[in-house]
This record gives sequence, C-alpha cells and structure tokens, in this order.
Amino acid sequence: MFDPFYATDGETFRVTRQIFEGLVGIEPGTAEIVPELATEWTPNDDGTEWTFTLRDDVKFQDGTDFNADAVCANFERMFDQNEAGQTAGEYWGYVMGSFKNDAENSLYQGCEATGDYEATISISGPTSGFPTMLSLASLSMQSPTAMEEGDANGIAAEGEGFSFPDYADNPVGTGPFTFGDYDEANGTITLERNDDYYGEKAGVSELVFRVIPDESTRRQELEAGSINGYDLPNPVDWQGLEDDGNSVEIRDAFNILYLGFNLDGANSQLKDPQVRQALYHALNRDQLVQTQLPEGATVATQFMPDTVSGYNTSLEPYAYDPDEAKRLLAEAGAEGMELTFAYPTEVSRPYMPDPEKIYEALRTDLEAVGIKVNVKTASWNGGYLDNVTAGRYDAYILGWTGDYDSPYNFIGTFFGNLKENDFGTKGMPWGKQLADDLKSADAVVDEDERAAAFEEINQQIMENYLPGLPISHSPPALVVGPGVDGVVPSPLTAEEFDSVTVDSGQ
Amino acid sequence: MIRFVVRRLLQMCVVVLVLSMLVFAWLRSLPGGPVSAILGERQTPERRAALEAALGLDQPIPVQYLRFLERAVQGNFGVSTKVLPGEDAFQVFLDRLPATIELSFFAMVLAIALGIPLGYVAARRRGSITDTGAVIFSLVGVAVPVFFTAFLLKYFFAVEWNLLPVSGRQSTGLDATRITGMFVLDGVLTREWDASWDALKHLILPALALATIPFAVIFRITRAAVLDVLDEDYVRTAEAKGLTAKVIRSRHVLRNAMLPVVTTIGLQIGGLLAGAVLTETVFSFRGVGDALATAFRDKDYPVLQVLILAAAVIYVLVNLLVDIAYAIIDPRIRTR
Repeated sequence: MFDPFYATDGETFRVTRQIFEGLVGIEPGTAEIVPELATEWTPNDDGTEWTFTLRDDVKFQDGTDFNADAVCANFERMFDQNEAGQTAGEYWGYVMGSFKNDAENSLYQGCEATGDYEATISISGPTSGFPTMLSLASLSMQSPTAMEEGDANGIAAEGEGFSFPDYADNPVGTGPFTFGDYDEANGTITLERNDDYYGEKAGVSELVFRVIPDESTRRQELEAGSINGYDLPNPVDWQGLEDDGNSVEIRDAFNILYLGFNLDGANSQLKDPQVRQALYHALNRDQLVQTQLPEGATVATQFMPDTVSGYNTSLEPYAYDPDEAKRLLAEAGAEGMELTFAYPTEVSRPYMPDPEKIYEALRTDLEAVGIKVNVKTASWNGGYLDNVTAGRYDAYILGWTGDYDSPYNFIGTFFGNLKENDFGTKGMPWGKQLADDLKSADAVVDEDERAAAFEEINQQIMENYLPGLPISHSPPALVVGPGVDGVVPSPLTAEEFDSVTVDSGQ
Repeated sequence: MIRFVVRRLLQMCVVVLVLSMLVFAWLRSLPGGPVSAILGERQTPERRAALEAALGLDQPIPVQYLRFLERAVQGNFGVSTKVLPGEDAFQVFLDRLPATIELSFFAMVLAIALGIPLGYVAARRRGSITDTGAVIFSLVGVAVPVFFTAFLLKYFFAVEWNLLPVSGRQSTGLDATRITGMFVLDGVLTREWDASWDALKHLILPALALATIPFAVIFRITRAAVLDVLDEDYVRTAEAKGLTAKVIRSRHVLRNAMLPVVTTIGLQIGGLLAGAVLTETVFSFRGVGDALATAFRDKDYPVLQVLILAAAVIYVLVNLLVDIAYAIIDPRIRTR
C-alpha cells in the first residue's frame, strides 16, 4: 500500500517521499518549509485564502501535466472520501479536522484554479499549521489521471482492515524516483530513477528499501556489505559503527520525551500543584540524559524542542533538588505518597531508546524522596497506549515526534483538546483556559505575534500549570556505509535520497 | 472405510470450529489491539472510537465472531491490518508458506542426514570418545534455545567470516523467476542455477539453526534404538553366522531400529513451526513464522486468526492421515 494519503507510518512515508512531492517541501537538514511544487504562496489579510504560484515545468511520472487543475483535483480527492477513506485518511482528519460530509468543521474549504499555474486554497480560519502542514507526506500531489484510472478512492472496510484499490500499488507522483515494485517474499521495495524529473536527477539509478525488523540484523547486514545504510542504529553502537568506517548521521532532535500525569484520575494528590512541583525537583534529569540517552540529547525545559517557533528561551529546567522535593511533599501533606507509574515494553522510540532504563532511573529518584512507586508495564501495542489514553496510570512515560514545524503540533496535541487528552487537564481549573489560549494563539496570523503567544503559553505551562514533566529531546540517527555520500539527516526523519551517491568501488 | 473417513472429517470440522471460537475470543481478550498499533502516539479516545467503529471492533464479541464466521465460510478471512495492509489474510498465509516449507524441509533433511548416521555410529561405538562427544553435543543441541544457536551461527558464519548471507531469502537485486515461491526449487525448475545457489546460501544458516533440536532428538532415538537392536539375539546370530558387517547393518540393525525413529521424525515435523517463529525472526526469513511474530506484535487479528487456524488444520489433517494409515494396517481400528 503506497498511496501516501492512506498511509500512517513512517516506514511507508520513507518510500513515498522519494516518489512524491508536495506544494511545499522541507529544507533538507531542517524542519523549515521551502518551495517545492509551489514557488511561492501568499495569504489574504485574514489568513483564510492562500494563493499558490506553481512551477510550470513539472510533469507527473505518467507524462501528464502538473498544474492548478491537478492541485485542485488532489485537494478535492482528499476532501471527498467515503467512510472507510475518512478513517484511513488519518493525516487529513488530523490536520484538517473533517471531510466533505462535515464541511463546516473542516479547515479546508475549497480550491480554485485561478490560472494555469496558480491555485487558491481557502481555509476556515488562520492557523500556525497552514501552509506548513502541506509538507506532510500524506498531502503530496499525485497524478489525477493515474488516480482515476486506478480508482484511487476505492478503499473499503473489510473485516478488521481496509482493502485498497489498484492505485495504491501503482502510485504516480512528480518526484525524482518512480515506483518499481514491491517484492513481498524478499521484503524489498524497488524504486527507479525518474529520468524526466524537472530538477537535478537522482544520483543512483535504483533505490532499494529492505524491511529488516531486527536492529542487530540491520547492523550485521551493513557490516557484511549487503546494504548501504539503515535507520535508527542503537546509540550504544554509534561509536563502533564509526570505528568500522561507517558514518553515523545524527539528526537534530525534533521530539520530546515526557513524564505525563493523569490529573483527572484516582490519585487526587496529583491535583495539588505543590505535589507536582515536588516530583519535578525529585528527578535528576541531567543524569538521566547523560547516562541513558544518546550523545546530543538535552534536558527539556518545555514540551517542545528549540527548533520550533514559539519555543521560550528564557525558561530554565527545574533544578534537581531532592531536599526541596521532600520539603514540598511534607508541606502538602503528601509524605510517603503512592504513585502508579508505568512504562512500555517491547518498544524503542526515537525519543526513548530503552524505556525500562529510563523508568528505572526515574523510579529510583522518586523513591529517594520517599514516594512509593507501584510499577505497571504493558507492551506498546498490547495495552500500554490504551491504558494511558484510558487514564489507568497516575504517571507514565511517553513522547512525541513532530509531524511538521508548528508549536500547535506539539503543545496543541497535548493540551489543545480539553475533553480528551492523556494529561486529564479537563479536571483542572486551568484546563479550559489552556485549551482556549492554545486555539487563539494558533489563529494569530502574524508569525512573530503568534510565536510570542506560544512563548507565553509555554511559560504558563511550566510555571503555573505543570501538567507533566518534559524530560528530554533525543537525536535519532541513521548510519551509512563507506562510499555513500550525500545523505542529509532530517530532524523530521524525512530524508530524501535523490542527493545520495554510492561509490561501489569502496 | 469411507464412513470412518467421513466421520473423522466431520469431527475435524467441529474441532476447527471450536478452535476458531477460542482463538477469536482469546485474541480479543488480550490487552491492546490493532487500533493502538495503527494510531501509535496519535491515539485519543475520539480517534480510537472512530477507528474501532470502522473496523467493527466496537461490536460485542459474539457479533464480531458471527460476522467473521459468515465471511469465513465464503472464503473471506478479512484483510491484514499491519503485516501487509490491505492484503487478504489468507493470501498472506499462502504467500509466506513456501518459505517455511522450504526452510523446514532443509532443516529436516539436515537433521535426518546427520542424526541417523551419527546415532548409528555412536551406538556401534558405545562408550568411545565419539559416542560421548556426540551425546554431549546432542544434549547441548536440545538445551540451547534456537535463537541463541541462530545468533551464534549468524555471528560467525555471516559477520565474522563473511561466508554466508546474514539474513533474508535472496540477494537484493537478483532477478529470479518465481514459480513455487520455494526459491531453491524455482532456480532448479527454471535452470537459473545462480538463483538456486543464492537461495541455498541464504537457507543454510537458518536451516542449521532450525535443525538443531530435531537433529538432537533423532540422534538420541537412533542411538537408543540401535543399542536395543544390537542386544537382540538375531543380531548375535547373524554375527555368529559370519555375515558381513554391511549386511548386518542394513538388513538387521537399521531396518529394525528405524520404526521408532520414523515416528519421532513425524513428531518433530509438528514442532518445526514453533522453531520457525524464532529462526525466521532472527534471520529476517520471511515465512509463516516471521509473519506470526509480526502479526502478534502488531495485533493483526485477521492474519493471526488465519495463521493459527491454518496450523491447527494442518495438524489435524496430519493426524487424520496417520489414523487412516493405521486403519488400513489394522482393520480393528475402523470399527472402534
């Protein structure tokens, strides 16, 4: 299934990103948006109509023209989905709110071809996410002709899954590589260089992705020379890999690991801000970051990394001060309090390579100030996420990797939905205020003003609300073997491989 | 005879039906589920509810089961949610089956080819260094977990000495014709010897790892059986008559010792799938075992159901065939 519109996982996007392009792209090595299929875009005064000037020299890989009609055909296709398509079209629902059958709640309001190479997109209100969200792989531009021929929207719910139309296995974009084939028996996906690409042609004629679930097998395949690189090497291997002549490319951290509290749960002591403050002072995050996280990881001062606009540079991390923690606990009458604290098993995420070790470090610190910790664990897909969402733990470790460069994509995701968030802020007197503030900050049209509003919110969160404790930002890495050049590590893990060359003589 | 087979087939249907209920209920009683696997960190109660409704997971389990049954009798077992999204779950099983058959076949050939001769030699030289060494080796083979053996084999043969491939079924970029999905056989059928050789190289290490336990068992049973037979009067008589060692070995000892060995081999084939899950995972060998591990981790219900039920059907069918064979040999069984 290679139709990026219905994809939800990074592994699929890694492939589709080489085949497709969006109206806006991402500057390699950063999270900033840059022109891609649109050369420029301008909003009207209230930020509700965005006019995109398109490149006029682009063809889809099936030879059809990329133009304003194609842009509007794409948006209308994404907007107008059947019931199954609305559920599978995760990212559209996530950034646009809803689909055509519920048009009034949708951010997207329409698309008009105002010229051959000029398209105007209307949205229901200004937001920090637009047009940045158009850099999402899911919202890439696909060939309207190929989509029609392959019945791209013919998705159907069947039993517990979705069946996809032919198009999903024959996707057509404008990018530097075309889809070759998927070999299920070998677990390989082969892409071929698009020789008609309008930009600089790809450095390799064929790009093969191989599915190797086990991390140590990936490393061994690289050592044996049968692959040229792999993603997410274990931080403990970084040095060894470098010593063997490979190069470990470290991405800028675009994620957050946090300790979440369920403020609306059974443990009423957590509702007391002084208790939460005590917990923050109890945790030695410096040591945690130094001993458990990869080189380059930093202690977090707020719920977003410093590359996102709206980051508040004046915030300081909560000081590690177990005596202060004990004092605050005593003052709040919460000495010897009990905490149901959970971590996930059978998983490693870019922001937490080894959840159990992180949990152990946190637990030791909490016990040192007299808190009784009741451990809970579950596997990632085997109940952990469900239990966090259902509020079954007092405290838990979880994190987030940004989808695109927007403060709302971080703190808005955490606290913007008052009724449903893992932190249970609806039970707090400030919960509604925070959700409202987030929404109004997100709707500020002027970028500087918007950033200032988010900085203010970050300060409020960390100084007054304390819904959880941001722990760290970890840089995930990828590794390439000798002879491979031109890989630009992306904080969004959105590497593009057209710039890569391989010297097979190495 | 026909009545016997029909009765057994009907019994088999009941067994599979009951099992399908148990598997269905068991999977859904486990915490987590496909919705978590699909949404990851992006899940909220609202998004969960929407996805559960779309996938029919919000219905009571008996209703879900009846729907499953209704589709299943029409040959539709649902589509994979995560192993191969959108693919028919039964097709996932069919796609992966050739790899597991090929791997199990080679593992069994290795186990038999090494286990029987070594068992025979060890028995003939009871108490010698060869015997003691072989016994210790087989004990270690049974005791060491398959994934550890696999890991060691991979480390030395693939990584340190670079003699064999690390993982997978075929070298990337090798363009081979596929007929049966069993790559070694396909290479032979199409006379693409390179492809066959490449696939064989990919098979050696996983097959060795998977063969360890059946080898150890076959070796020990052979050794014990041969020892038993060697004590029999007819062997002593044959020796006294001055028959050559070769004749004694083939006509008297091996033939009589083979019965328990053959039974054991049959039993070991049943255990191969369990070993295949681990071996295939370690070697990224994309067979049924690897699919089962992935489906379980990602809670791909349709694929899990198909794989577990298929394993059960195969097991029941093999038993049926054994019973039929017994019934042919011993008519008394039919009337029981």
